[in-house]
Amino acid sequence: MPWQPSANIHLLKQRAKVINQLRIFFAARDVLEVDTPVMSHYGVSDPHIDSIPVTFTADGTSVGKPMYLMSSPEYAMKRLLAAGSGCIYQISKAFRNGEAGRRHNPEFTLLEWYRVDFDLQQLMQEVASLVDMVLENDQLEWHFWSYRQAFENILNIDPLTATDEVIRSTALAHIDIQMQDSTPTDTWLDLLMSHCIEPKLPKACFIYNYPPSQAALSRIVEDERGDRVARRFEVYVNGMELANGYHELTQAQEQERRFALDNQARQAMGKAPMAADLRLINALQNGMPSCSGVALGIERLLMLTTGENDIAKVMAFNHPLA
Amino acid sequence: MANYSSNEFKSGLKVMLEGDPCSMVDVEFVKPGKGQAFTRVRMKNLKSGRVWDRTFKSGESIEAADVMDLNMEYLYTDGEFWHFMLADGTFEQYGADASAVGDCIKWLKEQEVYVVTLWNDAPISVMAPNFVDLEVTETDPGLKGDTAQGGSKPAILATGATVRVPLFIEQGEFLKIDTRSGEYVSRA
Repeated sequence: MPWQPSANIHLLKQRAKVINQLRIFFAARDVLEVDTPVMSHYGVSDPHIDSIPVTFTADGTSVGKPMYLMSSPEYAMKRLLAAGSGCIYQISKAFRNGEAGRRHNPEFTLLEWYRVDFDLQQLMQEVASLVDMVLENDQLEWHFWSYRQAFENILNIDPLTATDEVIRSTALAHIDIQMQDSTPTDTWLDLLMSHCIEPKLPKACFIYNYPPSQAALSRIVEDERGDRVARRFEVYVNGMELANGYHELTQAQEQERRFALDNQARQAMGKAPMAADLRLINALQNGMPSCSGVALGIERLLMLTTGENDIAKVMAFNHPLA
Repeated sequence: MANYSSNEFKSGLKVMLEGDPCSMVDVEFVKPGKGQAFTRVRMKNLKSGRVWDRTFKSGESIEAADVMDLNMEYLYTDGEFWHFMLADGTFEQYGADASAVGDCIKWLKEQEVYVVTLWNDAPISVMAPNFVDLEVTETDPGLKGDTAQGGSKPAILATGATVRVPLFIEQGEFLKIDTRSGEYVSRA
């Protein structure tokens, strides 16, 4: 049985240094560090994220209560925002079932932060500053492309107005895959994004204004051409997804609707529905301040700073060695 | 044969795709943060040698291919088949046709050991060792004293292959050839 770490010790020192830099970054900006539960009564409803279930037993008997390891601290941090915490950040472990590969480990480290009264543009600038700080001497030239621009620039189609048939045939022209005709358009868009667009993005690029069907927990607004878009962004460096952010949804009723939509999608995919986190709904009803928030994968950031292309090399023990 | 599910995919796995045996050259798990998971595989068709990218849905499964790579000694050709013998002491023989032998025909030398890929117990490809020693059967006369640098000329080898060699090489000499690049390495 191999017992040695998957990262070398020098790299773990770099890791510790980066995490220290992040704490200094947020302290200087008066953002409060918080710590929310990793184990929760509610899992995430996102149709493409699977929480890892665990069983809590009050007295050690076999009859247990199902709980979940958190896929992100988002719900709990929003409850803190609703309780008046002001700007907050957290460096925590996150867990996602079924995600293992060169860029994925089922247990990983997320940096998640929320900025009260920030709009999406302000938060994107702050993410760029944070990455620049960590990269030190390797300053990036940041590009800001809308989701539409990315598709127009690279594939010459408008993802917001193209018919489902055009999107599907574009994907099939570029990607060798067998899919059912009933495959949702968002899946075809994901395929185009990961196979055709990511490899051709500028070295450092924000993608913002997603199709409303991919809003997740972001606000939906009208863009400059009058199309509905989700105020969500993703950060890509060297074609690798680094972070995902939102101008956050604050309406309780719309949040409930999104939970219901997620569960419809889950059921269509043959997945079990996830109970809506009523504590989050109640917090939103009480009132959450207008804010933007983002989650950034610490291991991905370390892969970037160290030039490693396997996530195993930037964490002490990767999944097979855990 | 068994089936492999996408979470079992790894490089080196041999599978059936559209009726042909294929080998996985590289396997990548692709998952946008908020999107569906896929497994992206660089696939090599073992019959045609074609290499391309194929994407699988999470949980999709494909049939395993009955493919084996075996060390075999090259014996002779009867013009239609090239005959090989297992190098494991069993003396079992296999005949590979021209499409299985492919480009390797340029490097086939009796008593040399090759990797022969069998699919359903029949040869589908033959791979030469990285280096083989072959005799020069035809080349222009060597230039005496010109061993220092520069200049090359074509030489025809015993297998029929033509390689560029230094000017000092003579007919009848044995040369070490890198079969991956088809280039002269040194005198054998």
